[in-house]
Amino acid sequence: MTIKHHLSDELLMAYAAAELPEAFNLVIAAHLSMCDECRARSMAFDALGGAVIEDSTCEMSAGSLEACMARINGLSQAPATGMRRGDRVLPAPVLDYVGGGLEAVKWRALGMGVRQSILRIGDKGASARLLYIPAGAAMPDHGHRGLELTLVLQGAFRDEADRFGRGDIEVADASVEHTPVAEAGEACICLAATQGSLKFNALLPRLAQPFFRI
Amino acid sequence: MRRKGNLRLAADVEQTDWSALVFRVRDDQDKAAFAALFRHFAPRVKAFLMKSGASEALAEECAQDVMATLWQKARLFDAERASVATWVFTIARNRRIDALRKSRRPEPEDLPWGPEPEPDQAEVYEAQQETERLGVALAQLPLKQRVLIERAYFGDLSHSEIAAETGLPLGTIKSRIRLALDRLRQQMDVKATEK
Ligand SMILES: [Zn+2]
Ligand SMILES: [Zn+2]
Repeated sequence: MTIKHHLSDELLMAYAAAELPEAFNLVIAAHLSMCDECRARSMAFDALGGAVIEDSTCEMSAGSLEACMARINGLSQAPATGMRRGDRVLPAPVLDYVGGGLEAVKWRALGMGVRQSILRIGDKGASARLLYIPAGAAMPDHGHRGLELTLVLQGAFRDEADRFGRGDIEVADASVEHTPVAEAGEACICLAATQGSLKFNALLPRLAQPFFRI
Repeated sequence: MRRKGNLRLAADVEQTDWSALVFRVRDDQDKAAFAALFRHFAPRVKAFLMKSGASEALAEECAQDVMATLWQKARLFDAERASVATWVFTIARNRRIDALRKSRRPEPEDLPWGPEPEPDQAEVYEAQQETERLGVALAQLPLKQRVLIERAYFGDLSHSEIAAETGLPLGTIKSRIRLALDRLRQQMDVKATEK
């Protein structure tokens, strides 16, 4: 797999610092599961966190070591956990949210064969969804109120700017209006996180927007 | 809270083989090794949490928690992949998410290899050196750039809040962070070729 579109340093640092909404964290974790290059860069940002933590100290209370030892004596051994691995399409973090593989996704039809499944995200700052676009079909023309991250999990799509295949991540913000179209061949499945709701430009999709929660 | 000098930092990290202490905790439940780790890292975790907005009492409590987790999960520490400081940072970051009710942060899937029972000494040394070099590079950054990076990690200010505070437009902040990272990377490259 050749991934061409990667995460920016800014997003990787914000992920390392745990400063992003959950939905973005999920898309980033999914990309890191598929992309060795960004995984290595993400580990560098963790190392930078290690350097930051080395940089200042603050005195612990008297008896804190003893208190910590008492805490440790009350702990049971952490249970051994198996390898977290994904399947052919969904990386492990996405499997966790779906509660199973692709067959467990509860799709809702958006019309023209396009389907979506909104993932249950704890914090409301941003939302995440899986999108299913039949080969050759287009996503409705839309703009964004905030940041949108789209990760391709199967197939490929093109928009006005470029082509995005499995593992590629597209970053769009309020200045981008685009119409992603799935390539011929396989249906395109994407994981997308958006801050605020997408706003559709065509009349009909906009009327349908509250209903479909897009 | 005090800031340590660059030279102290470098010397301190070099003097102690923190990974070896974690292995002693893992293999022998060695309390003396743990005490040494605690004395070094607990005050740093506490400072990190306070700078992230935790009260002193909460930071103290969480720092003890983080150190207890280090004991409990010592066998998951992968010394070839990360220095002890980096590992402690990731534990502290996860503890902070709970303590300060930050957004959940899903982890990427496991790498196909786990910690080796007998890690390669050269790689362990390299992982510790990397954190040290980053620390030195961080300390050598112009103050403004260093503060921006630290704040990003403490999470006490969002990018737009940093912009409001310094009176700089968001684009300037973003390019400064990028510039700081470029400089960090260059410093690391220089150090790497010096070896
Ligand atoms: Zn990547
Ligand atoms: Zn879009």
